[in-house]
Amino acid sequence: MNPLQTFRVALRALWRNKLRSFLTALGIIIGVGAVIAMVAIGQGARAKVEQTFAAMGTNLLIVMSGTTTAGGAHGGFGSMPTLTWGDLKAIQTEAPAVRYAAASLRTAAQVLSDDGNWTTSVIGTSPDYFQVRAWPIADGRLFDESDEDAAAKVAVLGRTVADQLYGPGISPVGQTVRISSVPFEVVGVLARKGQSPMGQDYDDAVFVPDTTFRAKIQGGLVNYIAGVVFVSAISADATARAQAEVAGILRERHHIPEGTADDFDVRNLAELASASEQGTRTLTALLASIAAVSLLVGGIGIMNIMLVSVTERTREIGLRMAIGARPRDVLAQFLVEALVLASGGGVIGVGLGVGLAHWLAGKFDWPFALQPAVILLSVGFSGLVGVVFGLYPARKASRLDPIEALRYE
Amino acid sequence: MAGAAPIVLLEEVVKVYRLGDVDVPALRGVSISVAAGEFVAIMGASGSGKSTLMNIIGCLDRPTSGRYALAGQEVAGLSKGRLAELRNRTLGFVFQNFNLLPRTDALDNVELPLVYGGVHGRERRERAREALEQVGLGGRLHHHPNQLSGGQQQRVAIARALVGRPKLLLADEPTGNLDSRTSVEVIALLQSLGRSGLTVLLVTHEPDIARHAERVVVVRDGRVQSDERRVPVPAVPLEAEEAAP
Repeated sequence: MNPLQTFRVALRALWRNKLRSFLTALGIIIGVGAVIAMVAIGQGARAKVEQTFAAMGTNLLIVMSGTTTAGGAHGGFGSMPTLTWGDLKAIQTEAPAVRYAAASLRTAAQVLSDDGNWTTSVIGTSPDYFQVRAWPIADGRLFDESDEDAAAKVAVLGRTVADQLYGPGISPVGQTVRISSVPFEVVGVLARKGQSPMGQDYDDAVFVPDTTFRAKIQGGLVNYIAGVVFVSAISADATARAQAEVAGILRERHHIPEGTADDFDVRNLAELASASEQGTRTLTALLASIAAVSLLVGGIGIMNIMLVSVTERTREIGLRMAIGARPRDVLAQFLVEALVLASGGGVIGVGLGVGLAHWLAGKFDWPFALQPAVILLSVGFSGLVGVVFGLYPARKASRLDPIEALRYE
Repeated sequence: MAGAAPIVLLEEVVKVYRLGDVDVPALRGVSISVAAGEFVAIMGASGSGKSTLMNIIGCLDRPTSGRYALAGQEVAGLSKGRLAELRNRTLGFVFQNFNLLPRTDALDNVELPLVYGGVHGRERRERAREALEQVGLGGRLHHHPNQLSGGQQQRVAIARALVGRPKLLLADEPTGNLDSRTSVEVIALLQSLGRSGLTVLLVTHEPDIARHAERVVVVRDGRVQSDERRVPVPAVPLEAEEAAP
C-alpha cells in the first residue's frame, strides 16, 4: 500500500468518527494555540520595549551632575551642578567611543502664539542633540551651529506643541512664538516620536539653542551646565566603553582622587534596555513552557484515544489483516491517524493562536510580532507529538493476532 | 505452476496449542487435497478442530508440523507480511458475522482488499462495482451496512471476497447469523460461484447446509473422520423457496 493510500485509509477512519477526532485534536489545538499566542505576546512585548528604548535615542548615555548635601540631607543627582561646558567639550573631543554629546537645559514655560498658548518644556540644546536622540525634522529645518553661535532666537517645536498652538495640519514655520515674553521664530517642527517608557510625551517640548536659552530664558551659572548631557556612543557595543571613557575624563577634570565617589552619574540606557529585554525574554520562555506542557497533555490525549480506538476496532484490524493488510500497513494507518490528528490540530491551533495574538496586540497596543519560524516549529512539534504518542497504539494494533482480533467481541 | 496442482494440499498437518504448561493438540495429522473448482464442506462439532483447520487453510495460522501448500505455494516459513500478501492475492474470506466496516458504504467495503492489493482508482472502483453486481447488489452501492438486511450484508461480504479474484473462497459459517430463508439464498449464491469454476471451502456445523456441497469432510477430535463425494449435488430449490412458509 503506498503512502497516499495509507493517508486516505487513515482519513476515512478519522472521518467515520468525526466528533471524537475533533475532540482528540482539541487538546493539540489548544496547546498549539496557547504556544503561539504566548510567544506572540512575549515577542510583541519585547518589540514594544525595543521601540520605546529606540525612541529615547541611539546607544544613549545620560551624564548628570552630582549631588548636594545640605544639613545632612542628600539631594538627588543633578541637584548640584558639577558639569561644565568645558567637560562637554572634553567629552566631545577626547572620548573615542563617543559620537555625539549635547547638553540639555530644561525649564517649564508658557509658549504663546498669535491666538493660542501652551505650557510645555522648553529645552536649550545644540544641533547634536537631535542626532543623539535620532530625531528627524518633519517640517522646516533644525537650528544649526551658526544659530547657536549667534544665540539666534529660533525655535523648533515638538509635534504636540505645534498641534496645540496652530492646530493639526497647519505649518507653523515662519510664525513667531513668545517664550517668557521673548519672541522666537519657528524654523521647524520635529517628527512625532511618541512616548517614553514611563508614558511621558516626547513631542510636548520646544527646542531652542542652548546659548539663546541661557541668554534669554534662564540665566544663572555661566560655566556650569544646569542640566544633563546626552551622549551617543559610536555603536551599541561601545556604550560600556563610552561610559568608562566619559567617567574617566570627568574624574580627571574634576580632580577626584582614587577611592572618592564620583560627583556625577553616567547612566547607560542600553543596559537598561537590555535588562528590560531580558525580562520580557524570560517571561516569553516561561509562558511558552507552560503552553508547551498543555501541548504535551494534548499528546497524551491522543495516545489515550488511539489506544481506545485500537481496542474498539480490534475486529476491524483483524478483518483488514485477513484480507491482506500487512502488519506494517496497520502500523502505518494508525500512525498516520495520530499524525493527522496532531498536525491537523496544530494547523487549526496556529490559526487560533494567531487570531488570539492579533486581538491581544490590538487590545494592548503592541506591535503584532510573530516569527514564521515559531509557526513552523509548533506545527512540526505537534506532528512529532502525534508520532511519538501514536507509535505505541499503532504498534499494539500491528501486533494483533488476526484470529484473536476477528473473534474479539 | 501447473493447472493440475491442487488448490489446497495438507499433508499430516498437526497443530498444538500451548496453554500454560499443557500442550493441547487441536489437529492430530490432517491430510486433505482440494482440487480447483471443488465445492467442499468441512463439518464438525465445536472443539473438533475445524476452526483451527480453517485458520491454517486461510493462512491466518501456521501448522506446528506437516506440510501445507496453497495453490502450489508452500506456506511454511513465510513472514507475517508475506502471508498477508498471499491471503490478499489467493483467498477470499466470508465470515459468520460479516465483518463489514461500519459507517462505510458497500462499494468502499468491497474495495478494501484491492486497496491492500495496490489496485488504483478507477480500476478499483470498477471491479468493486462488478463484484457487487455479481452478488445482485448493483442497486445498493452506496448503502451503509446498517441500511442493509443480514442477507444483503453477507452478500456485500461475498462481493468483498470475490473482488480480488481469489483462487479459493473460504466461508466460515456464512449462514450462522442468517434466518433459514436468507441462508438458502447465500448458499445458492456460493453454489453458483462454485459452478462458475471458483473453489469454495465452506465450514459449517449444520448438515442442512453441508448437503449442498459436492464433497463433505467431517472433522472430529483433530482428525478427518470421513471424506465423501456425492454425485449429483442437489441444487438449492430456489423456486420452491418462494412457497415455503
